[in-house]
Amino acid sequence: MSETVSADTRPNALSAWPDARGRFGDYGGRFVAETLMPNILELEEAYEAAKKDPEFKAQMDLFLKDYVGKPSPIYFAERLTEAFGGAQVWFKRDELNHTGSHKINNCLGQVLLAKRMGKTRIIAETGAGQHGVATATVAARFGIPCTVFMGATDVERQAPNVFRMKLLGAEVVPVTSGTGTLKDAMNEALRDWVTNVKDTFYVIGTVAGPHPYPAMVRDFQSIIGREARAQMKERLGRLPDACVACIGGGSNAMGLFHPFIEDEEVRLIGVEAAGHGIETGEHAASLKGGKPGILHGNKTYLLQDDDGQIIDAHSISAGLDYPGIGPEHAFLHDAKRAEYVSATDEEAMEMFQLCTKLEGIIPALEPSHALARVRDLAAELGENGIILMNMCGRGDKDVPQIARMLGVEL
Amino acid sequence: MTNRLTTRFAELSAYNRAGFVAYMMAGDGDSQALLNALPAAGADVIELGMPFTDPMADGAAIQASALRALEAGMTLKKTLDQAATFRKTDKTTPIVLMGYANPIHHMGWDKFAKAAGKAGVDGLICVDVPPEEDEELRTALDKHGIALIRLATPTTDDKRLATVVANTAGFVYYVSTTGVTGAGTGAVTEVSEAVARVQKASGLPVAVGFGVREPEQAAAIAKHADAVVVGSAIVDAMHEGGVAGATGLVKRLSSAVHTARR
Repeated sequence: MSETVSADTRPNALSAWPDARGRFGDYGGRFVAETLMPNILELEEAYEAAKKDPEFKAQMDLFLKDYVGKPSPIYFAERLTEAFGGAQVWFKRDELNHTGSHKINNCLGQVLLAKRMGKTRIIAETGAGQHGVATATVAARFGIPCTVFMGATDVERQAPNVFRMKLLGAEVVPVTSGTGTLKDAMNEALRDWVTNVKDTFYVIGTVAGPHPYPAMVRDFQSIIGREARAQMKERLGRLPDACVACIGGGSNAMGLFHPFIEDEEVRLIGVEAAGHGIETGEHAASLKGGKPGILHGNKTYLLQDDDGQIIDAHSISAGLDYPGIGPEHAFLHDAKRAEYVSATDEEAMEMFQLCTKLEGIIPALEPSHALARVRDLAAELGENGIILMNMCGRGDKDVPQIARMLGVEL
Repeated sequence: MTNRLTTRFAELSAYNRAGFVAYMMAGDGDSQALLNALPAAGADVIELGMPFTDPMADGAAIQASALRALEAGMTLKKTLDQAATFRKTDKTTPIVLMGYANPIHHMGWDKFAKAAGKAGVDGLICVDVPPEEDEELRTALDKHGIALIRLATPTTDDKRLATVVANTAGFVYYVSTTGVTGAGTGAVTEVSEAVARVQKASGLPVAVGFGVREPEQAAAIAKHADAVVVGSAIVDAMHEGGVAGATGLVKRLSSAVHTARR
């Protein structure tokens, strides 16, 4: 289906999207209920003003440095490089951030923006609980009441994160509607927002949702790629041959990729969750196994059936268990600027253990997916190649689940 | 655009009577029987819900109803078939489809509009397609004489209202409260002011919905609005009491609405 993007508003560079309508080519946009439209427009205006305000930037920079612990280092994973027997494997260590993942880069930005807009209540959705914990953390720091919506199924399988959020003073609402997973948590957060439009700021955790969220979350997460790009140049005197990251909604990948989009020699590779295997139908690979559609405020690739009903995603990783993907990834996919591949539950389990044993880094299950494709790529590129992978989260949260799966009683 | 909606609202206006709009979910229970029975029970306009897995503007009643319908095998195509079956025997009661963008987009805007036109559908409310995004859909619907009905809400200020009412047809749906369907209505005085504002800006009839459950509430709103919409309560009545339960409620509600201005 052809969309109308008039020639005069079409950005020249692949990195310059979205256009004024919040579109990345065909994707993105603002598909929300009318009640939310004034809010979305207000948010866009407030974000545009904040971007230009040196005071906002100074505040962000200070908290990123002193509170989050930026910049996170890059690290040569020497023993994995040896084990894979090919290209050098480097990690961007965003798992060293406060709260243990890249999520806080975005939460900090959005909560500071909420404060600037005079909003007095924060809501968020969460799958694995990483975004929920990061949001609850920043909300606690700035003294803003916070409610986190979490699928009832996820509340059960991520009990430690639920307790962390409660310790941080957040209210955690288990969502039983639908199938009780991340997409239902997002539905419920949208229902709450529609009800409490005046005072509430919705902190979306990924590069999806109605415009301006995909662009705004990307901007806040682009610190990953900006730092890594400068660090690689400084340490190695060159850019990597490929940037690799896992993708659920796609925020860590978009944050890594964006500053490299115009570096045509750098391959950008996103790794979706193949669950039990794409051929089984039980996966979370929206680009490989889905079709363009409209959900949660944006047009993008979605897992859906022949009637346009949304199909539940499956992944071992609650953080990748989402039937959609950020619209900018859909755009980069169609434009063939980024490559999208996948890794199964089993491969992620294997990489989780391998990385822990060889590097002394317990990766989250999410980046463990990325590592499976880094292994193949290392062989493909050979000894002269350099791969940069975003280690977007640490695996402490997954330890109880891994123990269960390995039949170990804790 | 002259279609059954225009005719129906002109009739209601001529009798100085508010209209009653009954919402039901296609595919939840014996929905064909309920659909066929609604005009005799007093429905002036029928809103036929198209079930969707992720109805983010709906409250618990309609969410559950949609999932029951999908579980029972309902699809968008079968929803259009029910409208077509209804239209074989009822040539005057307008049908407005209500639902979400994805199933329609999946079928294709044009293909959907053509099929809906053929099925005798008169209007569409697509909850998650605001004016900024509806050009393709509206163009497709226009070709087949189907009105794209927009929603105005308590957050719609005068500036926004101009955008909302531009290029709309049939009637304007005023959402009486910020919230999801079934959440409870706004205060009647605020609703009546808003209705007047939307009527003036659009030059169209205004139907008020979201959260109307009781005949007394419906009657109070009917004094000010051109029509009153009830959804969640009918869906619940259908689930609990079948077609008889739902039509019983529609009779009580429609009678309260029809006599409100006497």
